[in-house]
Amino acid sequence: MALYSEKVMDHFRNPRNVGVIEDADGVGEVGNAKCGDIMKIYLKIENDVITDVKFSTFGCGSAIASSSMATELIKGKPLSQALELTNKAVAEALDGLPAHKMHCSVLAEEAIRAAIKNYYDTHGIPYDKSEFPDPSDADEHPADED
Amino acid sequence: MDKMIYADNAATTAMSERAAKAMLPYLTQIFGNPSSLHTVGQIAKEELEKARASVARSLGCEPREIYFTSGGSEADNQAIRSAAETGAGKGKKHIITTAFEHHAVLHTLKKLEKEGFEVTYLPVGSYGYVTAEQVKQAIRPSTALVTVMYANNEVGTIQPIAEIAEVCRAAGVTFHTDAVQAVGHIPVDVKAAGVDMLSLSAHKFHGPKGIGALYCRRGVPLRTFIEGGAQERGKRAGTENVGAAVAMAVALEDAVSGLTENAAKLVKMRDRIIDGLLKIPHSRLNGGRENRLPGNVNMCFEGIEGESLLLLLNEKGICASSGSACTSGSLDPSHVLLALGLPHEVAHGSLRLSFSESNTEEDADAILKAVPEVVEYLRSISPVWDDLVKGRRKHLI
Repeated sequence: MALYSEKVMDHFRNPRNVGVIEDADGVGEVGNAKCGDIMKIYLKIENDVITDVKFSTFGCGSAIASSSMATELIKGKPLSQALELTNKAVAEALDGLPAHKMHCSVLAEEAIRAAIKNYYDTHGIPYDKSEFPDPSDADEHPADED
Repeated sequence: MDKMIYADNAATTAMSERAAKAMLPYLTQIFGNPSSLHTVGQIAKEELEKARASVARSLGCEPREIYFTSGGSEADNQAIRSAAETGAGKGKKHIITTAFEHHAVLHTLKKLEKEGFEVTYLPVGSYGYVTAEQVKQAIRPSTALVTVMYANNEVGTIQPIAEIAEVCRAAGVTFHTDAVQAVGHIPVDVKAAGVDMLSLSAHKFHGPKGIGALYCRRGVPLRTFIEGGAQERGKRAGTENVGAAVAMAVALEDAVSGLTENAAKLVKMRDRIIDGLLKIPHSRLNGGRENRLPGNVNMCFEGIEGESLLLLLNEKGICASSGSACTSGSLDPSHVLLALGLPHEVAHGSLRLSFSESNTEEDADAILKAVPEVVEYLRSISPVWDDLVKGRRKHLI
């Protein structure tokens, strides 16, 4: 379908890093089933480097593709680099997303940050709390006209 | 992709060969303007009126009660606007409708609300039906119009139109029905049903897009919707789309004459698909099984989202639709599914399959194989499904 780029369709059809890491060092879940998308990201971390990453996603084609691309972009990278990943970078790596689907890339960025925050929290690692604002959820959606 | 299976006939249908063939001469040869006095124009006029008479015959009314429009949405807009203005002239500014009408009706009513009308939205219950009794209870001395769809476009439930019409007639209230999904699919006789106004659209029954009609019973006031020339008895200006009107008439004749046979075939296919898909755990049929359009299947599968389901079915050559937010372009899932009382998270995982007589049992086989596969795959990558399976989240269906 012409709605999405070939890159989006490729990551949607053959998502990379799908699954669960049972003994993950950090897990982040963002989104809301009521709004139709939830992303969950599992990280395996050694010496501040993401050695493995998996995801599961409930959502539309671009949500699944954004999760897949985001995991590819942070795999093997130090946490500092993963924290710099922006939703724009995810969307660009997918050769763009339709305007009304940009929030899918935002979810991917937020899921990664949530997983890293969870890693810090569960491992007693100090961090600057102001750098981890609450991820967006249903409340951020503007009210429908109806 | 080898063969494409088109199962989205409630969105639009392919034009029939006969309708297409009937339309072609009007593009080049019979091109006259029906308002012209010369022979070329008068030939077009004659064909336009033959088409009107044919549509009237198919619906059981007089030709002068048929007004051609650009389609179902325009017919809905004109009917509602007209009845509202007529009502307002008598100080009546209350309208009754249902919670799950098409947006052509709902958005027109929303606009009227802003203009000072009060609208009652009747609930449709968990199976998707209103009753004549509900309408009766809602009618007030100030009610200008009741507008209830003949059959719902998403869940296919057929409303008790004749009974509602009777209630309206007794109360002296104008009754309009959006019959876009019904005409050509189930028997529709406007006189037997007793409706005052009825909207239809040609492309839902193998006619061309861009043409529809409004039936307006003689004696029911109809306001001019598009100002300009005197076409359509002065109620809708604009040079008539003669070829499309002719093709619509042909498509409707065929739909009506083949209706009983096609409906029997479709009901069989529909029920087989519903029964087959209900075997998927935590699935449900949306809308009641009785009084349902012959070709409509609408299901929800818990733990997955509709757009990804559609995309993967499309990869397998199956064209369907969904009421998920992502397919509607809005943030909320279908207002129809919400009106049935479905929770948002369930409504996001909906699938509508709508069949025409050109679908085959092989299509049904392919659908019954593909849908469970795709649902299972999407559940395997869904954190919601994982939570449901592990008991961290409660099953809703």
